[in-house]
Amino acid sequence: MTPLPPRFAEWFATKGWHIHPHQQHMLDRSDDPALLLIAPTGGGKTLSGFLPSLVDLADGRHEGMHTLYISPLKALAADIKRNLTTPVADMHLPITIEERTGDTSQSRRKRQRADPPHILLTTPESLALLVSYEDAPRMFKGLKRVVIDEIHALAESKRGDQMMLGLARLQTFCPDLKRVGLSATVEDPAAIAHFMARHPDPCEILMADPGPAPDIQMLTTDEAPPWSGGGAAYAIPAVLDQVRQHNTTLIFHNTRAQAEIFFHNLWLANDDSLPIGIHHGSLDRQQRERVEAAMVRGDLRAIVCTGTLDLGIDWGDVDLIIQIGAPKNVKRLVQRIGRANHRYNAPSKALLVPANRFEVVECVAALDAVLAGELDGEPRGPGPRDVLCQHILITACAGPFDADALYVEFMSVGAYADLSRAEFDACLDFCATGGYALRAYDRWQRLIKREDGHWQLRDPRAAQRIRMNIGTIQDTDTLKVRMRRNRGGKPLGEIEEGFAASLTPGDTFLIGGQIVRYEGLREMTVEVSRDAAKKPKIATFMGTKFATSTQLSDRVQRMFTQDSWPGLPAHTAEWLHLQREVSQLPQPGRLLIESFPHDGREQTVIYGFAGRNGQQTLGLLLTKRMEEMGLHPMGFVATDYATLIWGLDAVRDPGPLFDLEALQNGLETWLAGNAVMKRTFRASATIAGLIERNTPSARKSGRQATFSSDILYDTLQRYDPDHLMLQITREEAMRGLVDFGRVEQLIARIEGRIDHRRLTRVTPLSAPLFLEAGRIPVKGEAEERLLAEEAARLMEASGLAQLAPPPANKPRWRVGY
Amino acid sequence: MNGFSFNLHGTALVALGSGALWWPEQQLLCVSDLHLGKTERIARRGGAQLPPYETQDTLTRLEHDLSATKARKVISLGDSFDDLEAARALPETERRWITRLQVDRQWYWVEGNHDPGPVDMGGRHLQELALGRLTFRHIARPGARGEVSGHYHPKACVRARGRAISRPAFLYDTDRLILPAYGTFTGGLRSHADVLSRLMQPGTHAVLTGATPVAVPMPR
Repeated sequence: MTPLPPRFAEWFATKGWHIHPHQQHMLDRSDDPALLLIAPTGGGKTLSGFLPSLVDLADGRHEGMHTLYISPLKALAADIKRNLTTPVADMHLPITIEERTGDTSQSRRKRQRADPPHILLTTPESLALLVSYEDAPRMFKGLKRVVIDEIHALAESKRGDQMMLGLARLQTFCPDLKRVGLSATVEDPAAIAHFMARHPDPCEILMADPGPAPDIQMLTTDEAPPWSGGGAAYAIPAVLDQVRQHNTTLIFHNTRAQAEIFFHNLWLANDDSLPIGIHHGSLDRQQRERVEAAMVRGDLRAIVCTGTLDLGIDWGDVDLIIQIGAPKNVKRLVQRIGRANHRYNAPSKALLVPANRFEVVECVAALDAVLAGELDGEPRGPGPRDVLCQHILITACAGPFDADALYVEFMSVGAYADLSRAEFDACLDFCATGGYALRAYDRWQRLIKREDGHWQLRDPRAAQRIRMNIGTIQDTDTLKVRMRRNRGGKPLGEIEEGFAASLTPGDTFLIGGQIVRYEGLREMTVEVSRDAAKKPKIATFMGTKFATSTQLSDRVQRMFTQDSWPGLPAHTAEWLHLQREVSQLPQPGRLLIESFPHDGREQTVIYGFAGRNGQQTLGLLLTKRMEEMGLHPMGFVATDYATLIWGLDAVRDPGPLFDLEALQNGLETWLAGNAVMKRTFRASATIAGLIERNTPSARKSGRQATFSSDILYDTLQRYDPDHLMLQITREEAMRGLVDFGRVEQLIARIEGRIDHRRLTRVTPLSAPLFLEAGRIPVKGEAEERLLAEEAARLMEASGLAQLAPPPANKPRWRVGY
Repeated sequence: MNGFSFNLHGTALVALGSGALWWPEQQLLCVSDLHLGKTERIARRGGAQLPPYETQDTLTRLEHDLSATKARKVISLGDSFDDLEAARALPETERRWITRLQVDRQWYWVEGNHDPGPVDMGGRHLQELALGRLTFRHIARPGARGEVSGHYHPKACVRARGRAISRPAFLYDTDRLILPAYGTFTGGLRSHADVLSRLMQPGTHAVLTGATPVAVPMPR
């Protein structure tokens, strides 16, 4: 056992603390090449990560950077700096600590490169930028340790892949670099260990005491939840009641729009004027900081928030978590609950509030999963290659490189351990030439091979553009919102460009909890004024619409096999009984399809339980099949558990619709022209450097980027369908927005076992679908038929039909499309 | 794909779903507002780097219409290039492509407001062209008869069972015809616009482009 140096032992003693077992363990194993600590929030996790560094630095002999700390959030870096400064100041340790993020000033950044601090706190994007400089080896000289905080969050995204590629670079500079990962509870710690360690180094996993089980329940209200929607307005009085009974409550929402609406309704009902704030990623930074500060001071009784507060910021005295809407994912729920009650060894308290009737079922299923300790998650698969392309360009910015050495370096990253040389070469070729279809355009020819066999930037000036476009975060394109004043009013936050485009002066929407009126657009800023209206037109922040996880969907389906549901509130149990009476409930391993006429159209409901994205893709593919079969589909809407398709003709035999091969062909061809696929392409093309979001002259607006990426996409589809970017797009389509992987799973699971119910009217389980927002029209034969009908009617009504030439008796003109 | 047949000033014409006009008697295909080189011009003016593929897209569709109709004559009815500089800067491959399309065809470039001068390309350059009972010019002239023009990029919107269907459209009355823009990503002007309402007589038809071109009374 490595004893704590006296200075540290005394400091612990003056604080009245004992060293946690896992902190001691981290100290003992500080020479391990990689260590992963899994601990609940509040367990002194951060200090465990830094303790070996502080001890090592205490004698003041180390020169240059010693420890690099990487966190997914800028705010977290600032927070950690505060927390570290306390022991360093208390013990008079000769240690310099600085942060470096997008908010760090230019002069300070320059100085950091010349004279780095002992401990540098940063983000994956800033790290990528640092390794792109020629002097990176000098800046990181002597680096001994890297601490990755909230690594479970980074491991799920491309930001994490970028970070690990950056670390591989550092490891090449400093071969003895030790890695430490800090993580919340996850379902598969081994996967994270594989992700963070230099491949094939071992990585020991330390599990801290998880603390007592959380106290988690569903909020019961007198009023039944509505049939659909995500607002949960019905629960406002009960939620206010809970806020009154607790010190500080965090009220989580799944989307920003829902958070805004809920916050607005909360204020309308807040008769005691309880201090309640709102916090989400679309709000202006100043606004967010003000809320964060008020929270730390303990001035707020409740905060309405989204994922931005999910990560490990220390938020003082939170004693209740309320989750509005079904959690969609058990792991995230557990991590959110971990936010409450930072006292180690006290149970966290949480309440789930279903927003609609179906979510009651989902919430109960989630509760069961939490009690059973069953977390969910999908294995991530190999590292995405668009990130690899960007990293090749970043490497080239720093100077000439040897392709063989770079390939070896990439393979030391867990996610890319299985990268084949051919795949690597394809990425390198793309960076060098842009790929076959783009070879004629020199803007995409960025690398050349020198006589000594090394690769370098063809034009050194390209480095600036590449650096400007570093990063993998694909924000939806947003515009800033400001109050209209003489000289630029108060900034309020951001809204999506697409939403802004739909506004006309006089329209009202919610932002930061207030209703504002759209006045106009000035230089890419939305100008608004205050408005006293009661009902706003709501900002459709895309936010993230999470899909319900496979595991949670399975649980819900298993619940449907029960004879009765004593665990469910009466209103929901009755609803399910009624469904069983008039039709049937979906069964695991089978696929229920209901079809019935309604609203003058033929309706088909497919209960696939494939998650929102998967059900949406299923809708796209099935409508395509129906189009081919002459069923004239007109549109569809998808939820996490079902897809509703409406059209002119009824589905009589659904079997042929679910031919996996035909659906796969559909993905290749029809989806090729689909907006979701184009969005997927655009994200990857931007990461890989095919499209530049930022140029030295101006930031490209989202509309321009869409414009160019759509043309590129169509062109590559036509002239170079095997282009690397299209390969990557297809790989991406298996997960994320397209999520074809889950559609495949569904079809494999049912193996043709379809229960088709032909009914005369809407069924109880399908009824909520008719109220669901986000209906997607299908522009096919049905539209041509509607247009023809309407045109005939209009021509007849206007009397123009008599004037138009009769359908010529000569053969009509045909063009062979 | 069917075309929509109609008469203008005693001349039988066909509006194709692609947005091109076919004149069977003359074996003539007319397209308007190609705006070739649009991304090049944007790049030159604003510095934004857009991939220059819209020209290829436009030419691909034009080539398709030409081979489907086996046209002997072609009129490009103005704004063929996004500006004269764009015409000069057209990449060699696209220049050769146009030359290839021109083989064995009479080709007329009618001037538009974006390209008001001769371009260094095969074919005849004209301010306007009179043929049979029709006159082809870029911008409609009030009072003209038997006139075919472009310039406005008209589009029309029809509501059918709760769905709004908006598409580029041909507009015609007894005296004149205005063609939709043929070029890729050229945008459109709704037929409700004052200038179109003033130009077109009562009883004007709008022919919506698409898989099957469809005529409706022009929405005003």
